[in-house]
Amino acid sequence: MEILPILSTLRRNKVGALLIGLQIALTLAIVCNCLSVIQQYREQMARPSGMDESNVFSVLNTWVGQPDDLKSRTAADVAALRSMPGVLDAEATNGFPLGGAALVTGISLKPDQKQPNASTTEYFVDEHGLAVYGVKLIAGRWFSAAEVKDQHMGEDESAASVVLTRSLARTLFPSGDALGQVVYVNSTSPIRVVGIVERAQSPWTGGGASPFASSVENSIFLPHQFIGSFASYLVRTRPGALETAMGAVRERLYAVTRRRVILSVSPFREIRQRAYQSQHSLSILLAVLCALLLTVTACGIVGLVLYWVAQRRRQIGMRRALGARRVDILRYFQLENLLIAGTGAALGIAIGVAGNTWLATTLILNRMSIGYLAVGAVVVLALSQVAVLWPALRAAAIPPAAAIRDL
Amino acid sequence: MLRYSFQLALRGLKRNLALTVLTVAAVGVGIGTCMTVLTTLVGMSGNPIPDKSSQLFVPQIDVAGPAARRSSGGPDGAKLPSQLTYRDAVALLKAHRGVRQTAMYEVAQTVNPPGGRPFQVAGRATYADFFTMFEAPFRAGAAWGQQQDDNRENVVVLGAHLAERVFPHRNPVGSTINLNSRDYRIIGVLDTWLLIPHFYDLTGGGFADTEDFYIPFTTAIERQIPTWGGTNCTELPPPGWQGRLNSSCVWIQFWVELPSAAQVRAFRDFLQGYAAQQQQLGRFHWPAEVALHDVTDWLVYSDVVPHEVRVNSLVAIGLLVVCLVNAVGLMLAKFSGRSVELSLRRALGASRRDVYLQCIVETTIVGFLGGLLGLALTAAGLAVLRALLDLGGRDSVSGRLAYLDTQMVVITVIVAIVATMCSGLYPTYRASRIQPAWQLKVQ
Repeated sequence: MEILPILSTLRRNKVGALLIGLQIALTLAIVCNCLSVIQQYREQMARPSGMDESNVFSVLNTWVGQPDDLKSRTAADVAALRSMPGVLDAEATNGFPLGGAALVTGISLKPDQKQPNASTTEYFVDEHGLAVYGVKLIAGRWFSAAEVKDQHMGEDESAASVVLTRSLARTLFPSGDALGQVVYVNSTSPIRVVGIVERAQSPWTGGGASPFASSVENSIFLPHQFIGSFASYLVRTRPGALETAMGAVRERLYAVTRRRVILSVSPFREIRQRAYQSQHSLSILLAVLCALLLTVTACGIVGLVLYWVAQRRRQIGMRRALGARRVDILRYFQLENLLIAGTGAALGIAIGVAGNTWLATTLILNRMSIGYLAVGAVVVLALSQVAVLWPALRAAAIPPAAAIRDL
Repeated sequence: MLRYSFQLALRGLKRNLALTVLTVAAVGVGIGTCMTVLTTLVGMSGNPIPDKSSQLFVPQIDVAGPAARRSSGGPDGAKLPSQLTYRDAVALLKAHRGVRQTAMYEVAQTVNPPGGRPFQVAGRATYADFFTMFEAPFRAGAAWGQQQDDNRENVVVLGAHLAERVFPHRNPVGSTINLNSRDYRIIGVLDTWLLIPHFYDLTGGGFADTEDFYIPFTTAIERQIPTWGGTNCTELPPPGWQGRLNSSCVWIQFWVELPSAAQVRAFRDFLQGYAAQQQQLGRFHWPAEVALHDVTDWLVYSDVVPHEVRVNSLVAIGLLVVCLVNAVGLMLAKFSGRSVELSLRRALGASRRDVYLQCIVETTIVGFLGGLLGLALTAAGLAVLRALLDLGGRDSVSGRLAYLDTQMVVITVIVAIVATMCSGLYPTYRASRIQPAWQLKVQ
């Protein structure tokens, strides 16, 4: 097949070719960027939180009035929760992975350091914490009851021991000897690292505009009994007992006292969904927009090529009369389309890369990998080949007699 | 002449119905998708208080210091704290440099209705000036005055939602409501108050609903009601309530009303002077940086429109452009297919201008039809969004951002017509350049 006659035809039909090329370029640029965003969000959403997600639910509770016996109230609630059938363990805490609330602070290797070594989330737990969160201890030990001190909301008691996540341990002690070392959190009193857990995510997902993106797995557990006017109880049930326990929990707590407000009872599944809401809806929206974009582009190609076929009806008939086979005509339109779409795709790759610079900074995501450009280009080229097939078949069906008809 | 063109255009549209429908569909889908997404962007970027947005100001004082701001990391690292310490807020308030000013913070209280289960409501501790400054709409009663502020009285202004919940079918003004086991006298009730964005306090997200109740700031401080909003500390606050008040933690929003440019300048100088004086007193050992933003400026500075929405909008605009490029191709095909007819008109004496007019009228009709289709698709798209995202009704902020208002309807149709006319420019130009003799000869 000769390319030169195609080029000379295109030179006479610059605008049409330009329109198709431009559509292909924009479509490719947008689609590969969207795919990259969707894939990165999927990866974010697939990250394990470190908790025993299928068996944990939270209860957010606050009291009527400003009671001054918060410690005994919290203790009574936690005892009531622990005594429920199907409940493995429970405790009051200041926050949990993906929960949306907790303290963030700097952690340092030296006392009175101006710039902390890392920022981290603080989770307040007692000796039950390991069982309640369901995190996996990979080195050292968990806290004993004797280590746990009361921690009133808004005040800061110093602790003597801390459990780090593996990610934070690696950041602070790259040589891997975190256990037994001393760190400083918010004060000059040393805290010894007694244990390391595999993973416990921060309360935020690190997506979107969150400034905590880099520290999404930096968390510490401190042996504090959290006492506040507002508390989240975390409850872990035996496998299969989650729904029953959640159904009974309100009445169980109201039986302790009715002078309370239960703001929410949510299974971890729901907490995860809420945390990733914006990533989830943006992914869906972008996917829908991409699908629309591909459809519109395909329709555009069909329309314009149909018009070309009609315009060149006589020339096609002439070629057929001079001995060209149907398959030659089909090939001609396919090759022509490949030339236009290929040029458009090259332009699209350039636009896509430029656009990605803005996108990646705006959404705090990684740059798009080359793979997406390749996949996007293949998808768009294939789509335009499919789109051109129908008009090309119609062109191939033009009888040689068309050359002399209408004259 | 125009009427004749119109008739010809209609005839032309009908002649090649398939192409016309395709063009209208291309424009309609582009407009519909784009406007569905842009409705949220336009809603979020709106001016919440148009007539006063250049008179209300938020002051910022760098109590954190450059080092602490850098270490907090993230894209906000370079910004000054968005709130004030209690000490600074009270000092600025006492200085009374604006026509009106208020210090405030978000609070949460439990309502214990007789016979019902207690529930929690979000409120705001603020000063009397708040209601005038932010044009809060009253349904009944009125705001409290300076006297109530000074005497730390137990008065409350209810939001429409809470008033309807606790006092259905009657005017609550004059009654009392129990918040955290304390009685407050209801002196006013607000109407439904939609504020988009929730500009006077962005710490709870830019698109929060307005509060359920408002109590005097002084009363809340005396009652030691903690903030329900964000608190930022660069060092540990001393223990206790008094420690919190004296600390360098920021948790108070402050607004001042300055109607004239001279007043703005004077306030800026005063603020600079105040910060310098605090620095001399040894409160901080870095150059005292200050800033003053009006409402529009503040919304931009605080990055109130989520990045996700901007990305959506850009992709949607990209889709619209592709649709329009598509429409250009289709119209080009349509006019070229009619070159014989147009040549005939030219040969029979129609001027180039007449042909041009006919094509433009045709394009405008396509644009208008595309706009109508786009409008229908926008309405459908928004309905899908509301159902998918489980948004509230028209009287909630989340719901309002996904409803078409008159302004958006007009914008949609205008955008559709303008966009179609732009994409019709080249095809129309080509059509009017037809050489009648040549076309007729070939045929």
